[in-house]
Amino acid sequence: MVLNTLRNLRADRAARAGLAHLTAERSRPADGELLLETVGLTKSYAGADGELPVLSGIDLQVRAGEVVALLGKSGSGKSTLLRCMAGLLPVSSGTVTYKDTPLTGANPGTAMVFQTFALLPWLTVQQNVELGLEAKGVPAAERADAARHAIDLIGLDGFESAYPKELSGGMRQRVGFARALVVEPDVLMMDEPFSALDVLTAENLRGELMELWESGQFPTRAIVLVTHNIEEAVLMADRIIVLGARPYGTIREVFEVGLDRPRDRNSAAFEDLIDRVYRTMTGRHKEGRTPGRTEGVELEKRTAANTPLPQASVDGLSGLAEMIAHHDGRADLADLADDLGLEIDDILPLVDALDLLGFAAVHGDDLLLTDTGTEFAGADVQKSKTIFAEAAVLVPLVKLITSSLRQNPDATLRAGFFRDVLAHHFTSEQVTRQLETATDWGRYAELYSYDAEPQEYRLDRDDNGSGRRE
Amino acid sequence: MSIRTDNQPAETAVRTPVPAGPPRRMSRFSWVDAAVAAAVLVLLYVVLRVGHGTTVAFNTHQNVHIDTDPARLPYDAARSLLRMFAALALSIMFTFVYAYAAAKSRRLERILIPALDILQSVPVLGFLTVAVTGFIALFPGSMLGLEFASIFAIFTSQAWNMTFGFYYSLTSLPRELDELSRSFGFTRWMRFWKVEVPAGMIGLVWNGMMSFGGGWFFLVASEAISVNNQQYALPGVGSYAGAAITDGDLGKVGWAILTMAVMVIGVNFLFWRPLTAWAEKFKNEQSEASEVQRSVVLDFLRRSHWPQLLGPVLRPVGRGLSAAGRVLGRDDRPLAVDHSRQRTGDFVFAVIAGGLILWGLADLGDYLYDRTGLGVFGEPLLLGLATLARVLVLVALATVIWVPIGVKIGFSPRLTRIAQPVVQVLASFPANFLFPLAVWFFLRTGLSINIGGTLLMALGAQWYILFNTIAGAMAIPSDLREAMDDLGVTGWQRWKRLIIPGIFPSYVTGGITASGGAWNASIVSEVVTFGGTTLTATGLGAYIAKATESGDYPHLIAGVAVMSVYVVALNRLLWRRLYRLAEARYSL
Repeated sequence: MVLNTLRNLRADRAARAGLAHLTAERSRPADGELLLETVGLTKSYAGADGELPVLSGIDLQVRAGEVVALLGKSGSGKSTLLRCMAGLLPVSSGTVTYKDTPLTGANPGTAMVFQTFALLPWLTVQQNVELGLEAKGVPAAERADAARHAIDLIGLDGFESAYPKELSGGMRQRVGFARALVVEPDVLMMDEPFSALDVLTAENLRGELMELWESGQFPTRAIVLVTHNIEEAVLMADRIIVLGARPYGTIREVFEVGLDRPRDRNSAAFEDLIDRVYRTMTGRHKEGRTPGRTEGVELEKRTAANTPLPQASVDGLSGLAEMIAHHDGRADLADLADDLGLEIDDILPLVDALDLLGFAAVHGDDLLLTDTGTEFAGADVQKSKTIFAEAAVLVPLVKLITSSLRQNPDATLRAGFFRDVLAHHFTSEQVTRQLETATDWGRYAELYSYDAEPQEYRLDRDDNGSGRRE
Repeated sequence: MSIRTDNQPAETAVRTPVPAGPPRRMSRFSWVDAAVAAAVLVLLYVVLRVGHGTTVAFNTHQNVHIDTDPARLPYDAARSLLRMFAALALSIMFTFVYAYAAAKSRRLERILIPALDILQSVPVLGFLTVAVTGFIALFPGSMLGLEFASIFAIFTSQAWNMTFGFYYSLTSLPRELDELSRSFGFTRWMRFWKVEVPAGMIGLVWNGMMSFGGGWFFLVASEAISVNNQQYALPGVGSYAGAAITDGDLGKVGWAILTMAVMVIGVNFLFWRPLTAWAEKFKNEQSEASEVQRSVVLDFLRRSHWPQLLGPVLRPVGRGLSAAGRVLGRDDRPLAVDHSRQRTGDFVFAVIAGGLILWGLADLGDYLYDRTGLGVFGEPLLLGLATLARVLVLVALATVIWVPIGVKIGFSPRLTRIAQPVVQVLASFPANFLFPLAVWFFLRTGLSINIGGTLLMALGAQWYILFNTIAGAMAIPSDLREAMDDLGVTGWQRWKRLIIPGIFPSYVTGGITASGGAWNASIVSEVVTFGGTTLTATGLGAYIAKATESGDYPHLIAGVAVMSVYVVALNRLLWRRLYRLAEARYSL
């Protein structure tokens, strides 16, 4: 409610100031010029079996005058893609060009805004904003003027001599914007710039930034925005590029957002687009189109390699199951996330986990509890452990650990063994996360235990999971 | 809370603001370590040979008589202080160059970092001789040589820790700061001074303070020294005390101790406190900290007008330097890497480095074989066992005595406020200053130096254990203590379940430092003199001290090498295991 009121207020103000109308007339010079381009971009990291791809076959163009959003779940490689385009990370194959010149180092035409702000705490706001100009060798007096102008533009006047730690999160990110804008880059690169801020602050800053963009005073010619927030993407971007996560990041779909700014969230077109993007993100509406994706893998063909464990704790997934049970076993995912005040990024691993365990299935926009899932949600602690154990033992990685332990005479195995097995398919970070989940699940199911000091998995002697307690 | 490596000054890890690094490359003793140990040995051997060859020409006999009139003490103190700060400046420069080279060059890193690890395990005092002969040769007929030798000795006690700390902060620079620098096209000069040095500043200041505290010991040891049967002395508090000790004048020794105490406390109050308080602004945290370092002196300076007056003068200098620094180029990394060229480079580098080390090693073997035969290592190996026993007894005793006291203090905020600065000063105070008093005590009571030596070594080393225990106890959350009270967990069970696991990580840090300090101290504690009496214990420290005095280089090399091996072995077999255990299991 509050949000909507705020939004309307701002829309009014913008309309009254006539900012929204300025845009159409005052088009940016050389609109449509090709600024950034990636062709066949692939990025991979070294794994045990050679290279593990995180991005593959990315063809992307950023033209003057447009806001492009890179949207995806965590692990879809969207931040990596941004960094490749900024010339901060080398690509494994393919090319990144800025104004038709292939990059050999940091991209001279971009400036970054960071999720964590990346302000130097030992410098004042003014000094932080001046950094980029200082690097360019701009004389002191000149850069002080330019910095003051940028500080004014972004609404930071009065804060020039403050140190970052004296500022609130929103004010800090304004410093981040001012610092990037003052160098007048062709393309402003934003890496989840609002996700470290609280909801109201993010909303406010987003609105002001877009007003500025529309007003024609914006000193950059294009914006690339990385986000996992669908609404943010639809609100800000002219083009939304949805990146799919598994087995590695590819462009899943591109949406052109033809809506006028400032955009009305309550309009049917806005909501429709959100729904469409949502369905693409959850990957349900085109089942099986991309072979090799988890969602497409049939039950008997699942292996630890093609079906990674989602990062979901037992507490989290049973909590979600119980919530759906309260909704009579059926809940709209978007509503559910909204009710919980969460982003889809937070809730999707839990949904994947319920799906993997056979406790729930996704139909359209809804999550439906299965019979086992309903039983699981309603059971007491011991009963739910038994149900969980029966389901978990079929999950590839848990199954792998359990059966390997059973085949081993002394029923113990070093974690390193499973690490090596998984290293053929995942990066070491992913391996760590998966083993953490597998440990959590296995312990809860009382299938096996894990001893952190010698880093060993051990089969629980009484491994049927029925009511054995420490 | 974590530690870095071997002889880490305890407090760095203790006072929480220091981003002390995890023990990188701690685990295995690889061939790199062995090769580098050999390289260091070779390097020292070269310095020694050169120094030895040139001393023959040195025929100026410095008058070693030191005037022991107490009125001279302020002048002597000033000379000593100058030496300390010269060494500090040298350490900072060394830190910047060495750590930067190691952090930026993949190839150099593979040699420099293991070398540093070995260097900080080497008993520095054993090389005083090398330094003295070498520097006297460099400045024949001038006091400058002695001066430099003393500064060098202090430097070797300070530099390694600071370098390790700074190297760690360079390599663990937050990713977004690295990206900021490259994305905005910083020059290398800007990145170093605006990003890297400030990011490492807190560690640099705290490590500097702790190393400086340890440096007093080496100042005292290096001002008056006899090398190759010749006495050398520099005007300073240490040599004043030395002269007073030779005279057997306890009153004058008392004056020297008083001067020393004033210096240690004064430097702390006037220099390090303000500096640590100033360094607060480099804390890379996004909110105001609840507990900040304060300094009356800094507040005073800030209230003065000097900053405003000096600002306009210094700013153009900074700008000029920054403009000049542009020639060093942009902070950028080429996106494309030529792998075959890289491999060729690696190969050439390895062949050259390996060849030089082997060549030197062969020459060293030749040298030792010609003079003494390789059996020269046998005696120090045996004697090392005696010193090892002393070190272990010392650590055990200090633990039994100081851990309960430290826990008591740490649990009481009031006691902590009083005790912490006191212990800090006690840890900085050079224990070798008190040796004459101890000898006097031994002579009166007839206590054997073989036992007394342990006490002398403990004089300096014990404080690290106390200090870290206090810090560890402070770090135990009070809700855990309340929970234990609530459950009625008391007595031994409380120690076993809460206190020992809680203080364990800090304790290990203190133990490592205490044990490293004790090995070094053995060189001056196993042979002590007061008036006309010299007491000598059986041990590796005494062996090295004797070899130093008589200028017996083969035995000196053997003694120092063996002691280094003992230090490294003890660290790897005992302390690092405990450290890993602490990290895996007992980190709060």
